[in-house]
Amino acid sequence: MIGLQHYLLVSAALFSLGILGVLTRRNAVNVLMGIELILNSANLNLVAFSRYGAGNLNGQLFAVFVIVIAAAEVAVALAIVLTLYRLRRTPNLDAADLLRG
Amino acid sequence: MSGSDIVFLLLAAITVGSAAVCVFARSLIYSAFALLFTFFGVAGLYLLLGADFLAATQLLIYVGGILVLLLFGVMLTHKLYDLDLRSEVHQFWASLVVFGFLFAILAVNIHRTPWRLGPGRPPAPTTAEIGREFMGAWLLPFEAASILLLVALIGAAMIVRRKKEA
Repeated sequence: MIGLQHYLLVSAALFSLGILGVLTRRNAVNVLMGIELILNSANLNLVAFSRYGAGNLNGQLFAVFVIVIAAAEVAVALAIVLTLYRLRRTPNLDAADLLRG
Repeated sequence: MSGSDIVFLLLAAITVGSAAVCVFARSLIYSAFALLFTFFGVAGLYLLLGADFLAATQLLIYVGGILVLLLFGVMLTHKLYDLDLRSEVHQFWASLVVFGFLFAILAVNIHRTPWRLGPGRPPAPTTAEIGREFMGAWLLPFEAASILLLVALIGAAMIVRRKKEA
């Protein structure tokens, strides 16, 4: 019987994989993909709690806000990546060291 | 094992498997397309959880918007004739250890925690109720989110705009 814990396990796997992606990649777009995985895992948790919890829709409503934040985040982040690329001719995050003294 | 259990296992395998491909793939394009299947899998899990509106939103915004934006990012930050679009991997083994510990801790705690399950919400159409909640109790966060989107999009356009030569 599939229950809350199985969904939480899938979500934990997604979260850990997202962290792994953020840690190992140097390419900014790839790091963004990892962040999207993390946000998706949080959303999956919220929806699962909404299904098995108190019986109201609050989890799903919160997930909608997370999706809105993700859309705003990816738009601004890609703008920053493009600006970095224009400045340094590389999407590599190690190149973003302009503030280092 | 009932039918919905099998569907869950299938969707979970698609989601986690393609997320792993997304993280481990050497090529950026492979990562992007693996992410597509992850988003589809998560949308399917939403459907299985009875969140029909959210599944449609996931497809429209993540697949239709965010993934396309990420592909634009890939295309605009690489030379197009550079076909293999490799992405470097650094500190792989240390990160793999972090990944292993993180997942183990989360899994053990998910297993051990005595979750207080409520009555739950059996799968039923949610769109009308979500609309009423947004126009009722959640009106202020709803408006704040719309302003946030507006500000973020204007800000993104401002950041990438080429400055005039001084």
